[in-house]
Amino acid sequence: MPYSEKVLDHFANPRNVGSLDKSSARVGTGIVGAPECGDVLKLQIEVDDGGRIVDAKFKTFGCGSAIAASSLATEWLKGRTVHEATELKNTQIAEELSLPPVKIHCSVLAEDAIKAAIEDWKKKNNR
Amino acid sequence: MAVRLPIYLDNNATTPVDPRVLEAMIPYLTSEFGNAASRNHVFGWKAEEAVERARERIAALIGAEAKDIVFTSGATESDNLAIKGVAAMYKDKGNHIITCLTEHKAVLDPCKRLEEAGYAVTWLRPDEFGRVSAEQVDEALTDKTILVTLMAANNEIGTLHPIDRIGRLCKQRGVLLHTDATQAVGKVPISVDSMGIDLLSCSAHKIYGPKGVGALYVRRRGPRVRLVCQMDGGGHERGMRSGTLNVPGIVGMGAAAEICRTEMTAEGARLTALRDRLHQGIVAGLDHLKLNGHPTERLPNTLNLSFAYVEGEALMMKMKDIAVSSGSACTSASLEPSHVLRAMGVGDDLAHSSIRFSLGRFNTEEEMDFAAGQVVKAVKELRQLSPLYEMAQEGVDLKDVKWKK
Repeated sequence: MPYSEKVLDHFANPRNVGSLDKSSARVGTGIVGAPECGDVLKLQIEVDDGGRIVDAKFKTFGCGSAIAASSLATEWLKGRTVHEATELKNTQIAEELSLPPVKIHCSVLAEDAIKAAIEDWKKKNNR
Repeated sequence: MAVRLPIYLDNNATTPVDPRVLEAMIPYLTSEFGNAASRNHVFGWKAEEAVERARERIAALIGAEAKDIVFTSGATESDNLAIKGVAAMYKDKGNHIITCLTEHKAVLDPCKRLEEAGYAVTWLRPDEFGRVSAEQVDEALTDKTILVTLMAANNEIGTLHPIDRIGRLCKQRGVLLHTDATQAVGKVPISVDSMGIDLLSCSAHKIYGPKGVGALYVRRRGPRVRLVCQMDGGGHERGMRSGTLNVPGIVGMGAAAEICRTEMTAEGARLTALRDRLHQGIVAGLDHLKLNGHPTERLPNTLNLSFAYVEGEALMMKMKDIAVSSGSACTSASLEPSHVLRAMGVGDDLAHSSIRFSLGRFNTEEEMDFAAGQVVKAVKELRQLSPLYEMAQEGVDLKDVKWKK
């Protein structure tokens, strides 16, 4: 079986699927990847006045590992500050999900999506 | 009737061994174990007889004679033997080869190797249905062309090439035609004479026979085709392919061929009905679908669909009770999407969203209904997870989006 138990779990029960209001100043939206690459991740964070991520949602077009990586990312983001979130590394995601070498790029995309969402929120809030 | 899970819908990848084939093989794995090349005792003679019977049966399936059949380890080896063998034998006559971008790697890679060695190769681009026309071949032919190699039916999308017209053209121009007929043999009628075929590759494990054995038809008359053999050794198969014959495998292939020959017409009709039932069941429950392949000139058992906005590997994971395959990059070792779909002009996004359903002898109507239900459910669930589906629903034209790759 090429998939770890954790990937299978996230795939069968993805956490935090959905969308936040992208027009809100509290929400940062990151969309990375491209349809022709077979991977598109949309990650959104909702940040309170203290800079803490109170909600996170994702939608992903991609394989089981990509879906699992984005699902895990939203789990890890909730409750962290924006600053802590910038320190999340793809290697941590890859390790947690036991991604094989050929699927490492899914974790890279998840990290990119996190950074894109944070950047979007920062731009909206002049941070 | 209860449906046994998981349901196997990947018959173009391989087929189960038909119980009748297994029965025919068993003596040759037990008491009749002789080497077909042992000329001096009854063990060898019996093995040789069995091989010759199988040879006749395979020949009958394609309208050839037993003497025209060379046994190999499979269609890949047959393709290599045909292409490299002809290229080497006829290199003083010319150095140009014509093939098509949608061929199996077992044809593309030998052609690439020849190109690197100095041969000129024309890689024809098919139409949007994956079909190459006789006119395209005609335009590409030169006086240096020594071989046209075009598959009879495509393994991914099932599209049938007009081999009979291409064969007649090649005959007129004095160019040899090789066809990789691995997916066509046993499913649709093949006649090497009326189709003007000079070399033909096929494989046992695609026709309910065992893995590890295949054949290459090599025309002996009109014209007599010669090859430089690729497996040197004891001179087996009239010097064309050395190596002790896989007697049990060959017997199995012969039995499989005989069953196909007698059941092909009825089975073809049955499979077409099953395939269309599956297709209708899916279409009834979903939108944003694309059929990949020719609507009518197609194998009776093959259905390749792209499900927009969801990715193939994730779809297969969701549909865990059916076994299918996908053109998605995630499912290939090279991380490239299907080269067949690409060659047809299907965008990479839809290639990543493609699933191939290939039905077989042992599939039933109940299985089609169950499978259609699973497909519809899985696609709907994944579309709920899909940012592309969300954007499409909002009226965004995905082609206008600037993606951050």
